[in-house]
Amino acid sequence: MWKRDESVRPPAGRDAMGVQPPVPQAGVPGAAAQGADIEGRRHMETRDVVNIGKSVVIKGELNGSEDLTVEGHVEGRIELKDHVLTIGPHGRIKAEIHAKSVIILGEVTGNILASEKVDIRDNGSVDGDIVAPRVAIAEGAHFRGSVDMQRKSAPTPPASKVEAKPAAPPAAPGQPAKAGA
Amino acid sequence: MTGFLSRFGQRRGADHDGVPEAAGAQDTVVGTKALRKFIQYLKSRPTPVLLDLGPVVGSNISFFGEQIGCKIFVEDLFADIDRHEREGRLSELPAFLRTRFPQPPGSVDGVLCWNLFDFLDRPSAQAAAEQLSRVLAVNGALFGFFGMTRPSEVPLTKFIVVDDANLRHRPYSSPRMRQAVLQNRDITRLFEPLRVSDSFLLKNNVREILFRKPDYMNSR
Repeated sequence: MWKRDESVRPPAGRDAMGVQPPVPQAGVPGAAAQGADIEGRRHMETRDVVNIGKSVVIKGELNGSEDLTVEGHVEGRIELKDHVLTIGPHGRIKAEIHAKSVIILGEVTGNILASEKVDIRDNGSVDGDIVAPRVAIAEGAHFRGSVDMQRKSAPTPPASKVEAKPAAPPAAPGQPAKAGA
Repeated sequence: MTGFLSRFGQRRGADHDGVPEAAGAQDTVVGTKALRKFIQYLKSRPTPVLLDLGPVVGSNISFFGEQIGCKIFVEDLFADIDRHEREGRLSELPAFLRTRFPQPPGSVDGVLCWNLFDFLDRPSAQAAAEQLSRVLAVNGALFGFFGMTRPSEVPLTKFIVVDDANLRHRPYSSPRMRQAVLQNRDITRLFEPLRVSDSFLLKNNVREILFRKPDYMNSR
């Protein structure tokens, strides 16, 4: 089994701690970019995540341009268009959520719109409708509502709306004019 | 060597994300014949709307959402039955079921009933069948199965789609056990005016039935 470690190590960026920073290799196209990407991710993980603690209660609209973890209570609306929202195990949300990705370990009552992914983890709970290209629901999670996965149009959210409507030609009489405009 | 070892590392991560969930200790994989037809029907719809009456299963959501392109409503009726049973309020279940479905009439293309009707008494079954018939669109399909053997210690079960010909059955603890056996005639009467489109008696004595809402019915 000791050989397993050695064989797994080479994709070093995956091991978060104790591994030397990835060195761009000459002659390997994209290696430098990949290294920068990993470095960027590491920065995100260590710096640009804000926490809302257990005792915090927010009523109203929450906007932001960095990743956010909520352990407290939020009522109203949360908007993190290009970032990840994590509802911690103690988080209680009664809000409409717009984010890039949403990870739920606590409770959410309200609709969720994510441009990338919604992930309801074990013991996470959602009562509301989800619109996202990818949805993962763990065993033990609670969910009641609807799931709309906007088929085959994940990469460009604005285009997805335009594409989705012409797909049902008889049902959307007003759409062609709008798309053409 | 790396390839060999990597087989061990990937399994758990995969089951959380679209691939059928990993098998549990009591799981059994059982063939299905009607599911394929049900899926074929959904695929023929431009933007199918699916109503799933079972407990939420992540990989089923991915299967029907990503691969078939459905919009899915999850209404876990098994949890409702379970709750009524635990609270000793089963007599209120028929009235509860009459107001349970918020979907407008004729708005759903497919209903995944699973074996729900095995766990309902007659008045509750009648109430649920009426409501499902109401929300189903004209030509819409309802997929359900019914135990043909005597009621026994059959617990509530999660059904996990492995592919269009196989379902993984995963029992879970609940005080509610299977109720009376419904004969074919009882089943067709229960779901009137829906029409039986396909019916299969499987080797495990389960009858799979695919109902369709006939053309002549406008949404009621």
